[in-house]
Amino acid sequence: MSASPASIPAPFADPTIAIEMSEMNKWYGAFHVLRDIDLTVRRGERLVICGPSGSGKSTMIRCINRLEEHQRGRIVVDGVELTNDLKRIEEIRRDVGMVFQHFNLFPHLTILENLTLAPIWVRRMPRREAEENAMFYLERVRIPDQAGKYPGQLSGGQQQRVAIARSLCMNPKIMLFDEPTSALDPEMVKEVLETMVSLAEEGMTMLCVTHEMGFARQVADRVVFMDHGQIIEEAHPDEFFKNPRHDRTRLFLNQILN
Amino acid sequence: MKALSLPMPAEALPRRVRFTALLRLGKLLFGTPLNGLLTVLFGAMLVVTVPPMLRWLIIDAVLFDPDPDACREAVGACWSFVYAKSGQLLFGIYPLAERWRPAIVCLVILALLGWSVRPASWTARLLALWIATLAFIVWLMGGGFGLAEVPTASWGGLPVTLILTVVAIGIAFPVGILLALARRSTMPAVRIGAVVLIESVRGLPLLSILFVASIMMPLFLPEALLPDKFVRALVALTIFAAAYLAEVIRGGLQAISKGQYEAAAALGLPFWPMQYLIILPQAIRVVIPALANTVIVMIKNTSLVLVVGLFDLISSGKAALADPEWPSPAAETFLFIGAIFFALSFSFARFADFLERRGPVSH
Repeated sequence: MSASPASIPAPFADPTIAIEMSEMNKWYGAFHVLRDIDLTVRRGERLVICGPSGSGKSTMIRCINRLEEHQRGRIVVDGVELTNDLKRIEEIRRDVGMVFQHFNLFPHLTILENLTLAPIWVRRMPRREAEENAMFYLERVRIPDQAGKYPGQLSGGQQQRVAIARSLCMNPKIMLFDEPTSALDPEMVKEVLETMVSLAEEGMTMLCVTHEMGFARQVADRVVFMDHGQIIEEAHPDEFFKNPRHDRTRLFLNQILN
Repeated sequence: MKALSLPMPAEALPRRVRFTALLRLGKLLFGTPLNGLLTVLFGAMLVVTVPPMLRWLIIDAVLFDPDPDACREAVGACWSFVYAKSGQLLFGIYPLAERWRPAIVCLVILALLGWSVRPASWTARLLALWIATLAFIVWLMGGGFGLAEVPTASWGGLPVTLILTVVAIGIAFPVGILLALARRSTMPAVRIGAVVLIESVRGLPLLSILFVASIMMPLFLPEALLPDKFVRALVALTIFAAAYLAEVIRGGLQAISKGQYEAAAALGLPFWPMQYLIILPQAIRVVIPALANTVIVMIKNTSLVLVVGLFDLISSGKAALADPEWPSPAAETFLFIGAIFFALSFSFARFADFLERRGPVSH
């Protein structure tokens, strides 16, 4: 498709801004998935992105680490603009962690190996240091005793906590969560959300696509509502849940909360 | 017989275990009329075939008598021929005085293969060890630097089979991986190149590739640039194996979910580390049975080099049979050679089985 404009870094880049999307558009063939997305995320900010299925919310956060390519507009992550330059993409991915709906742990590696792989191969961390680092984060997600097991031997909730720890091992500046609890059995949702809440309390910049409205109320600085590839409204959770401005938001909240 | 097949009430069964086992066996063999009929039929076949086979194989066979006349008189197999000619069967037309050299080569290759199956020895050092060993083997077989020179045309038998198999598959495997990755590449030139190569090699019989390599290449390459006949056959076998392995590996690559690529990419892993660390280990594990199949076929395909004038095990066997002093005991010779091929293929099958079992618990 058309090349992204201006590959020069954003002029006068504001160091307090983590992610900036402006007039970002994406198509799948003829299908217009994302329309003129304008969104700025400050460092330390916690965003919850919600909306009906097919609204483009997952696609949007997947554009941030270039798992999806946008065709028009700009995305600047941590002062670096996303272009076709592979080096820059890898640079951004090193600093942006992502947690997937289906965990996507590496099934042929032990939990410890899942956690040390990227620090060793991408950050060039010595093995011993990487292992200590991995154990530290496994303690944080409260499953250090599973280090020697394979992902297939863990419950869904444990696997998702490992996936969070795997991202944290890269010491990311930004964390993206793509429906992290949607594939979990109900009794396991809580343990994953608790991990995410503690992460939020430490000041991590987080973007979470989720339907967990309780989580949104508890930690979000801003809730972003999307529909048909557009950002319909964004507001502080108190405002968002009490006085949604838009009809479509009201309809969505009615469906999801009742 | 009939009494056994009668249904008996469970209480009436004698409690002695041995008899119960016998009863179960009887039920298994004669439980239904069809089973009974099949048991009788197969029993009769065994009675008819096994005793003559044993007579030929052992009882009437010449086992150790080195006199060719003993074989002429005997009704059974002539195993003494296999002993007497074992040197020629194993080493072909390699000069008699130098046979210790191919013998050492075979032992070295088999020992290193045995060493290589241990997961503990899978390090970069093993690869270096193999390369050094191959250089040593080439020197030992071909001579020079103090050893009498033996041209590849005089190489033969087991070392030829082993070298062709190990080198062809050893090189074809990484080449096959690259071809498989190339065929899935998003770069059109790379993808089309891989498709053309794989499909044209798969579309040709191995025999014709060997003929092209050994007969047609000399027609359009000057003598100075022409590689040795052995090397040409080796290249032909390698390309052939690589094309098949590539397709098997591609099948494995397709079994890996998109999520694995995304998770690896999201961690910042570049293309090659991603393939090496995440994708290939999983993809290859999925297709171990099919890979083993291809490798075993290739072990036996090496014998086709006889059509271009190289002496593998089978051609050595045929050459040995041509000795007019002996009655030519073809069946015995080919049983012996078959046993060697079986040992090689079966060992590999066991190794593949071991690889399949190790590793993580599957979902």
